[in-house]
Amino acid sequence: MQAEAAMGRAGLWFGVMLLALAAAVMAHDTGFAFHAGLVAFVAFCLMWMSASRFDPAGKAEGFFRMPEGPSKYDDAPVRWGVIATLFWGTAGFLAGLYIALQLAFPVLNFEPYLNFGRLRPLHTSAVIFAFGGNALIATSFYIVQRTCRTQLAFPGLARFVFWGYQMFIVLAASGYLLGVTQSKEYAEPEWYVDLWLTAVWLAYLAVFVGTIVKRKEPHIYVANWFFLAFIVTVAMLHVVNNLAIPVSFLGSRSYSVFAGVQDALTQWWYGHNAVGFFLTAGFLAMMYYFVPKQAERPVYSYRLSIIHFWSLIFLYIWAGPHHLHYTALPDWAQTLGMVFSIMLWMPSWGGMINGLMTLNGAWDKIRTDPIIRMMVMALAFYGMSTFEGPMMSIKAVNSLSHYTDWTIGHVHSGALGWNGMITFACIYYLVPRLWKRTRMYSLRMINWHFWLATLGIVFYAASMWVAGITQGLMWREYGADGYLVNSFADTVAALHPMYVLRAFGGGLYLAGFVVMLWNVAQTLAGRLRSEAPMTETPYDPDADRPLPADAVPAE
Amino acid sequence: MSVYETLRHFADSYGLAAMMLVFVVLCAWPFLPGPRARADEAANSIFEGQDDGE
Repeated sequence: MQAEAAMGRAGLWFGVMLLALAAAVMAHDTGFAFHAGLVAFVAFCLMWMSASRFDPAGKAEGFFRMPEGPSKYDDAPVRWGVIATLFWGTAGFLAGLYIALQLAFPVLNFEPYLNFGRLRPLHTSAVIFAFGGNALIATSFYIVQRTCRTQLAFPGLARFVFWGYQMFIVLAASGYLLGVTQSKEYAEPEWYVDLWLTAVWLAYLAVFVGTIVKRKEPHIYVANWFFLAFIVTVAMLHVVNNLAIPVSFLGSRSYSVFAGVQDALTQWWYGHNAVGFFLTAGFLAMMYYFVPKQAERPVYSYRLSIIHFWSLIFLYIWAGPHHLHYTALPDWAQTLGMVFSIMLWMPSWGGMINGLMTLNGAWDKIRTDPIIRMMVMALAFYGMSTFEGPMMSIKAVNSLSHYTDWTIGHVHSGALGWNGMITFACIYYLVPRLWKRTRMYSLRMINWHFWLATLGIVFYAASMWVAGITQGLMWREYGADGYLVNSFADTVAALHPMYVLRAFGGGLYLAGFVVMLWNVAQTLAGRLRSEAPMTETPYDPDADRPLPADAVPAE
Repeated sequence: MSVYETLRHFADSYGLAAMMLVFVVLCAWPFLPGPRARADEAANSIFEGQDDGE
């Protein structure tokens, strides 16, 4: 029976491999041929693994680590997700630092594969979808099991979600370097990669909803609401924005079904809600579980969290048009986007206050617990960037800030400060628990990570504010004769010092991440660093005595 | 009227009113007198049991 199943599976993968090889041979362009070859290679590896199950001592048997019984949580995909988060974080942060240096020193552009135009989407997708996405998959699988008190539904499908998502990342990233792109911000992958992601995402939805359906806890904890909103909305956004007609079935090129301003609006409806539901709702779900757990106190107000949830859901979806101020988009739509963006400020700050006030009565933990310190900094940056965003969506401000580096600074104060910091904090929380260690290898290294990352963000955001406002003012400067004073190249030359400072900030952030990699690796190796604790209340036994009889009392 | 205009008029009249109503009801729901205790219970539910387990 075992042998028959292995045989059947190996045959299936052999078929997939042949089909992929045929597609590679008949492909219309290099990018598609490369991707088909990649699929054939993966199918070959899976065939090999299926076939090796003939061997009673086959090592591949335990590769997917299916859960043994219902008495334990299914944490294998969570562990893989944590490792994948760290791996893709390294790739994404390195790419980010490299493209920052390319902007300062153009000589670093290596045509055609490593030029700025191809590396930039590699950076954005690697940090948002690979680093952030894996963190979301790992934490959602961890949280939904704990809050529902049940094992993950459909364990096979859960493994498909994890590995299928890695396949999506590899296809997307290799495609960017080969020039396969549909040129939509945060949605660059071409039609066949989009179809693959749709399949993976629906499987994710099935696993998540399936686990909620078989829960043993009557109430669905609010973190799961946020995760569910994230999964459902991203599915909708992804499908609608990527509606495209391929030129041929064996080529990578496709054309969007929308045209002109409709296409632009669909794109930014997608783009802004990717921020709203991927980078906000999903990470808020982490916040609503891990901040109370680490602080060992329930969330400040559970009812505020419900208002936070519904306000985000109802408001965020309308804010997209603020990316298209002063374009061909109808004026009423621009104003609508601006008004909803400003209204979003309130629920965002409600959520920030809810997270921060969870520490009410335990504020001393900021001094003693570096993980709490990271969470507080993440919430502070969530608050700062959700104030800056609505402000920048006001048309008058946007006329200065749009197309400048201010936008890039804003995005990074949210991404590095909020998404990055909360993810690091969650990983520090998860690693000792997932690998059964008493604590992280070093708490002091978490503190080092905290300060390197914070300082890095300060350099990044401050240099981009100066750069953005300089750019905006130079672009709009008129002389007495009515002509523009500065050429574009003048502004580029003026920004050089700011670009160097930005790269320095990114370098600090990456240095903090390297400290984390070392800390996690040592924890997995089972080591504990002997170090002074983060806080000590000093006690001097000599001073702890009554006054001698001959002493003169203090007046 | 074109489909676009019909939909637009619906969106800024009945559609808007209906969405607003649903939103207000959803936000007011946890503030009814009953759900208060249940909210506290839900907030503390993550601390029960051995949830750091395997």
